Amino acid sequence: MKIALESFEKFDPQHLPEFEPLAPGHRACQGCGEVLALRLAAKALGREMMVISATGCMEIISSAYPQTAWRVPWLHVAFENTAAVASGVEAALRIMKEKGKIARDDIPILAVAGDGGTADIGLQALSGALERGHNFIYLCLDNEAYMNTGIQRSSLTPYGAATTTSPPGKLSMGESHFKKDMPAIAVAHKIPYVATVNPAFYLDLMNKVKKASLIKGPAYIHAFSPCPTGWRHEGRYAVKIARLAVQTRVFPLYEVINGKYFLNRKISKPKPVREYLKLQRRFAHLTEEDIEIIQENVNNEYDRLLRLSQAVDLESKLTTSFQEYIDQLKLQMDEAYQKLRAEFQHT
Amino acid sequence: MAEKVEKRAIIGWRNLALGCAILEPGSSMHLLTGTWRLQRPVVDPEKCNQCGLCHIYCPDLAMTKTAAGTYEPDLNYCKGCGICAEECPKDAITLVEEKE
Amino acid sequence: MPTRTPMEVSIAVAKAVQQADVDVIAAYPITPQTHIVEHLSELVANGELQAHFMNVESEHSAISAMVGAAAAGASTFTATSSQGLALMHEILFIAASLRLPIVMVVANRALSGPISIWNDHSDIMAERDIGWIQVFCETGQEAYDAILHAFRVVRDPNVVLPMVVNIDGFNLTHVIEPIYLFEQEELGDYLPEHRQSLKLDIDHPITMGPVGIPEVYTEAKKQVEDALINSKQVILAAWQEFGRRFGRAYAPIETYRVEDAQILLMTMGVISRTAMGAVDRLRDAGKPVGLIRCRLWRPFPLPEFREAVRQASIIAVIDRHISLGAHSGPVGQEVRSALYTLPNRPQVFDFVLGLGGRDVTVHDFLEIVELAEQYATQGPPESEYTLIGLREV
Ligand SMILES: Cc1ncc(C[n+]2csc(CCOP(=O)(O)OP(=O)(O)O)c2C)c(N)n1
Ligand code: SF4
Ligand code: SF4
Ligand code: SF4
Ligand SMILES: [Mg+2]
Repeated sequence: MKIALESFEKFDPQHLPEFEPLAPGHRACQGCGEVLALRLAAKALGREMMVISATGCMEIISSAYPQTAWRVPWLHVAFENTAAVASGVEAALRIMKEKGKIARDDIPILAVAGDGGTADIGLQALSGALERGHNFIYLCLDNEAYMNTGIQRSSLTPYGAATTTSPPGKLSMGESHFKKDMPAIAVAHKIPYVATVNPAFYLDLMNKVKKASLIKGPAYIHAFSPCPTGWRHEGRYAVKIARLAVQTRVFPLYEVINGKYFLNRKISKPKPVREYLKLQRRFAHLTEEDIEIIQENVNNEYDRLLRLSQAVDLESKLTTSFQEYIDQLKLQMDEAYQKLRAEFQHT
Repeated sequence: MAEKVEKRAIIGWRNLALGCAILEPGSSMHLLTGTWRLQRPVVDPEKCNQCGLCHIYCPDLAMTKTAAGTYEPDLNYCKGCGICAEECPKDAITLVEEKE
Repeated sequence: MPTRTPMEVSIAVAKAVQQADVDVIAAYPITPQTHIVEHLSELVANGELQAHFMNVESEHSAISAMVGAAAAGASTFTATSSQGLALMHEILFIAASLRLPIVMVVANRALSGPISIWNDHSDIMAERDIGWIQVFCETGQEAYDAILHAFRVVRDPNVVLPMVVNIDGFNLTHVIEPIYLFEQEELGDYLPEHRQSLKLDIDHPITMGPVGIPEVYTEAKKQVEDALINSKQVILAAWQEFGRRFGRAYAPIETYRVEDAQILLMTMGVISRTAMGAVDRLRDAGKPVGLIRCRLWRPFPLPEFREAVRQASIIAVIDRHISLGAHSGPVGQEVRSALYTLPNRPQVFDFVLGLGGRDVTVHDFLEIVELAEQYATQGPPESEYTLIGLREV
């Protein structure tokens, strides 16, 4: 894996690949941030790849018969089994190459599912595929609810958000749970690569997807995906909101390489979460206290990530000094041995 | 009778590809989603610095490079979301109401 | 006739899969399917079968991985049973609709609840309409042969559909029978190479599994149905060719001592052997009783069935599944509707027995024939079907 990463060449922003695996004419809503994230991820992989899609917005908007927005091989089977289907495709390519039936097995496989298809109903299939170590990229497009069926809450719906099944009311302030830490669940499978991406940071997104394709084994990428329809924000703000999510530390950008956390973008002067929340009417009902709770949670989560990434720095320091210590010890023992040997030879 | 059937079905089952697959890549290009538009982005080429951000952030792959190096929306697909106008660092894009 | 060696039927089934040169196997353990996949994983582990054996985390993922692998152009096999098959339910339809040539063994077992690991046909009877070819086996030799037939049939460019081979759990999967296994050379080109015209291929990018809008859904279903109905010709040809080459003949509806039979028993699967015993006894006693056994269940061989029962006046249908709330078991319903439009049709009586591993004996069939005769002369029973061996108090 190290070798793959060493030869990793980032995209040149001046010369991004022209080929768009996803064609215009798809039926996503105006200003859909989810399709933007998907388009950019696909663009990073280019012409030679395959897409396995879960049921959900992205499947519906790109494949209504008789037109397809896909210019690369694309397969949709069901809602909860994307990772299992991708496992089958990957295993098939590998064994058929081994048996000389096909020429190549190095074609990136991009498995795509929404937050519901990933963190809820598809979690078991994903866990199985990650554990088995299939060589594929899993992209979770997180628009924080079941949008395709009409904005119902998922386990990735954020605290306080109004959805059609977590409505604010006399006894409710909207969604009452904090988001499940999906990237951490992926990390727990000890896979080589986990990353968070955001379409506002398009180069970072494309580079991480490319990196994931070069790494052997499973990669999990979690994409922040603004949904004007479900979040009830103006379409034109999709990218702005995505950027604010990073600037307010609501959605930190990080990588976990072989279990080690790297905070890619340290936000030293975060904007208050209020700025992020106020553009979206799904949060419009929140009180100052609610916002305070959200702010506190954002602070805590960011601190936790910071500590995890600092642990990497600390560990690297520790390993160097430990190595030095060992080297010294070795030297001393070597000297002692030589001395003994000399003495022995004399007697 | 035949007409009635045709109105309901778009393809005879005998002509359907195996497993209902779609064989023409990117055939969504036939679908002109520009008709959804209520607002139209208008680019001022004078202000444009050719950074390409409007192209990269367009969810509908509508912003395309002109021969001059500036960008123009492909109105066949532009849904008028306004992201390009919002993100343009030079304020070169304005949204105008789409009249009929 | 070459000599047969005694072996467990599951082992023979695995051997057939090996001989078909499959590429990907994905499976999840469930009794009584386990011996089949265990043996396959052993063959792969020993390098005797060059395939990828995927230990998935559920049957839902097993069939999903099969769909993915088949869509990528691989030859695929899986096996399951009961709860596992039920868990696959959703994806079974999709596999057929995507026209993917997957072969699956169902080691038939009762569906929960109450939970039961024992044999009946309730698992597969809940999956009658999935669009897969479905056959039932009576003997170990037949099970082994059926796997070979299956790979030949699904690989035929005119079929390209998935296929289920039903093998009764325990009563067939776990019994030791004399079975003749082919040498690979002997099989020759009976099994064609696995080739797929439409698959995931970067040189010909296609979209598989698009949204079926109302204007195409009917046509998409019709395509699958047409392929399924027409698969019968290919199946018959595969059996014929098998008979020609290897001397074992197969038919969609098998008959036993049906000459001049007034009463026909109709069975599926391994209990047919017991039924034959009963037929022998009744024939010895001078009763005109015969047996028909349905091997090909989907597509249902309508003309062959009608032909087989043409001269009978009574059919006693055996169902190994109880269709709660319906007026008879699924096979009974199928048979009745198959005969309904005929001007002269035999009387059909439906008997449900052998549920959840309850023993099926020669005596049961003797009782069934007696009851059927009684119903025919004295009028049908109150309930449209009869539950055999039910204890009241
Ligand atoms: C087994 C099953 N249960 C429920 C559904 C209905 N369903 C289809 S898409 C969807 C929501 C998808 O949500 P998500 O995965 O977050 O993707 P999004 O549409 O938000 O992009 C649901 C509930 C289904 N297709 N299959
Ligand atoms: S509902 Fe949301 S995610 Fe789905 S297409 Fe519309 S904007 Fe995109
Ligand atoms: S974003 Fe603005 S400045 Fe940049 S290319 Fe587009 S129109 Fe020109
Ligand atoms: S308005 Fe929206 S769809 Fe139209 S060009 Fe701008 S970003 Fe693209
Ligand atoms: Mg969602």
